[in-house]
Amino acid sequence: MFQIDVTGEFAAFFIFSAIMICGAVLMISLVKVVHMLLSMAAVFLGLAGMFVLLEAEFVAFVQVLIYAGAVSILMIFGIMMTNHQHVEREKAKPLHEALAAVAALCLFGFIFYAIRSTTFPEPGPFDAGEDNTMAIGELLYTGYVIPFELLSVLLTVAFIGAILLARKEAE
Amino acid sequence: MLPSYLTLAAILFCIGLYGALVKRNAVIVLLSLELMLNAVNLNLVAFSKYGVVPSLTGQIFSLFTITVAAAEAAIGVAILIALFRLRGTVKIDEFDEMRR
Repeated sequence: MFQIDVTGEFAAFFIFSAIMICGAVLMISLVKVVHMLLSMAAVFLGLAGMFVLLEAEFVAFVQVLIYAGAVSILMIFGIMMTNHQHVEREKAKPLHEALAAVAALCLFGFIFYAIRSTTFPEPGPFDAGEDNTMAIGELLYTGYVIPFELLSVLLTVAFIGAILLARKEAE
Repeated sequence: MLPSYLTLAAILFCIGLYGALVKRNAVIVLLSLELMLNAVNLNLVAFSKYGVVPSLTGQIFSLFTITVAAAEAAIGVAILIALFRLRGTVKIDEFDEMRR
């Protein structure tokens, strides 16, 4: 099932997944919030590399732009505008943390068992289009035009709502 | 190659779940949610290449997820800033009006 032949793709997968898992674990274990945010940026960039590996160049670019750029900066603004001296206190509720760890490990065991016990059929040929961006654009404006427009409405509503929520009350 | 990607996504999702359950700074909880959404994106794109019928649809779906996640992050940070102005803290265990 996990037959491993060391190819370039496998080596790149290994490196990127090491970066991502290290970043995620550091995010959990670091104490300062800004450091947590930086390690999350490493996870986002590693995921962009993973997308390139999966022949999804446009999604990789969007990942860098939206996550490593916009969402990280947004979170930095969130930290700066709230309590940026904040340091995570030492373990306040060990029972709570242990229960959370057990829940996460149980979920992982369940998913891992499901992955191991499934035989995945041989994939068909994948055609990313000779121009990935153009292929995605064509699909977006033909088959998925209604979800696309709904999404633009959602974004407008969400960002107007965000501005209204975060604005200072004028008194 | 598909099981490796799925396992990596499961690891990331579980780390995100643990962070969302344990962390007390609300900004970090939002970041953990983003991590879980990222894991789902990885699954979508992996299936779009290695699934039974590979097509670009998985990539389109992941683009939609990224958009909704960006909107969610913006709203979340805005709510946090409003709450911080009201209560002077961003610790999630001090936001317990609904419990009393």
